[in-house]
Amino acid sequence: MSNRIDQLFATKKTGILNIYCTAGFPELNDTLPVMTALQQYGADLIELGMPFSDPLADGPVIQESSTRAIKNGMSIRQLFEQLKDFRKTIHLPVILMGYLNPVLLYGIENFCKKCAEVGVDGVILPDLPMDEYESDYKSIFEQYGLHLIFLVTPETSEERIRKIDSLSKGFVYAVSSSSTTGKDKDMGNQQAYFEKLKQLQLKNPVLIGFGIKDKATFEAACAYSNGAIIGTAFIRAIENTTNLDAAVKSFIAGVK
Amino acid sequence: MKIAENTFGSKYHVDEKGFYGRFGGAYVPEMLYPNVKELQDNYLQILRDPAFQQQFDQLLRDYVGRPSPLYLAKRLSEKYGASIYLKREDLNHTGAHKVNNTVGQILLAQRLGKSRIIAETGAGQHGVATATVCALMNMECVIYMGSIDIQRQAPNVARMKMLGATVVAATSGSQTLKDATNEAIRDWINNPVDTHYILGTAAGPHPYPDMVARFQSVISEEIKVQLLEKTGKANPDYVMACIGGGSNAAGAYYHFLNEPDVKLVAVEAGGKGVNSGFSAATTQLGKLGIIHASKTLLMQTEDGQITEPHSISAGLDYPGIGPLHAHLFETGRATFLNATDDEALQAAYELTRLEGIIPALESSHALAKLKDMSFNPDDVVVLCLSGRGDKDMETYIRNLPNKLS
Repeated sequence: MSNRIDQLFATKKTGILNIYCTAGFPELNDTLPVMTALQQYGADLIELGMPFSDPLADGPVIQESSTRAIKNGMSIRQLFEQLKDFRKTIHLPVILMGYLNPVLLYGIENFCKKCAEVGVDGVILPDLPMDEYESDYKSIFEQYGLHLIFLVTPETSEERIRKIDSLSKGFVYAVSSSSTTGKDKDMGNQQAYFEKLKQLQLKNPVLIGFGIKDKATFEAACAYSNGAIIGTAFIRAIENTTNLDAAVKSFIAGVK
Repeated sequence: MKIAENTFGSKYHVDEKGFYGRFGGAYVPEMLYPNVKELQDNYLQILRDPAFQQQFDQLLRDYVGRPSPLYLAKRLSEKYGASIYLKREDLNHTGAHKVNNTVGQILLAQRLGKSRIIAETGAGQHGVATATVCALMNMECVIYMGSIDIQRQAPNVARMKMLGATVVAATSGSQTLKDATNEAIRDWINNPVDTHYILGTAAGPHPYPDMVARFQSVISEEIKVQLLEKTGKANPDYVMACIGGGSNAAGAYYHFLNEPDVKLVAVEAGGKGVNSGFSAATTQLGKLGIIHASKTLLMQTEDGQITEPHSISAGLDYPGIGPLHAHLFETGRATFLNATDDEALQAAYELTRLEGIIPALESSHALAKLKDMSFNPDDVVVLCLSGRGDKDMETYIRNLPNKLS
């Protein structure tokens, strides 16, 4: 069977909503309830963060959610335990996002194997160098049918974007501005970059992330791409809630 | 100046891909790639420029006060039964070896057309050295420092502010050097075009470990000349240095790396003891992993979370180690020891009373291991006294066995 990410993009070309949530957050066992609510209220894709103590590409909100998730007891091992039977109820494509160190220690091959076993479709590892992926790990990811998704930024050269597009599977993650996650940078200034990306006619679909937080920014991103990724704003929406289900519902209703 | 020497092909220097053996590399997210690539593509070319070398040389001489003396510590030598020379980096302008690197990097930043400088600092020595060259070159300066370190190194915080730097507290994690480095990297991600990051130690993504080692290599370059003058031979039997990230050690070892007769000794911070749960002895407690974009040995949990180290010395309070040193450890080229907080304190009091030199707590870790070495009487030992103890006076006074009266 083909990868669920590919199936999604084959059937839906625009307005794709990818929501990021740190696994094991706000409470350790909230991972599945959050995923269930995301599916029920209309997200198209789920990106689960594997918390890391030193998340360099993330701003304070996701950083704090990671610290809290680690305190809750979240780890890669724990996450796979929680995801053991999730395919009985969740049919959305699921991506794991995290930093290389915990995955290396877990073992790349073990990790890929486990992803395939539980039904994960893709992986984002922002600090895995493209060359090292190509020479050391690409064949392992492919063997387990796992898509590795790379990032591009406004500073990425066209030549490099082409290379990233050729190695990425599933989609290309376009970071909206040169920043860590959750920064309020003006999306208006990024139009030329989005326009350029669109004109490159990449082989992969493009999702735009970083700084997407509400209906206006979501629609602005969708005008240039297949959809967008929301992380920080979603974490904020659920971090102090007493009713997870209602919080997810109202957040998605506010975006779509 | 030999800062631009071609070292490719040497077993102990960085290779073309930025690795020392299996350690090193540049594990940066795409947001940092252009910044790091710009440095990788340009640093050697800039260092090779004779005009750059002349300017670097001149500033080290006239502004920093180099060459720093190589001092035969007679009473210390008597006590430990060898000829012990102290490389007096403590006498540099701003009080430590850190300034060698900041002078080099600010000149490089100018050539790259940068207008804003950021840096991390632990003990505050690198922060002060960075704020100093920023004042000198009229550049905007932002220093990230863990909030715990801001408390324990107050005099250096005041100096940075007086020099015109903005000091930003890193409040995440252990609130020490690791977290200050995280925040500096995040700043760089958010300001990719106009900002240069002056990393203070021989760690981080390639080319930093090599670039910092080259700027610090002036230490061993001078040792060779000075030792030849004083003893008739250029190579000592031992070179000893303390290691956190490893910049003073990298500089002190640099021109001896391929001289197998010279024994290299590295002293890490044992904290309250290697097995106490409060330590920063990375080679003893660490496993292969990635910290601050470098593949190296680091202290981590079984789930791959980076753990919080402990050392009385803010400059050694780091859960990783530069990739060069991980390689020296793994190949056995250097011997790694560690000194506890108490041993470092005792060594500081001892040097003060024997030689009239108050050392930095960091350097005191190297001094503390003199007692554990088995020297021959005719051995020549060079110990890098990386910094002076002014910033540590509060700690020294607080811990004195008999309060000063």
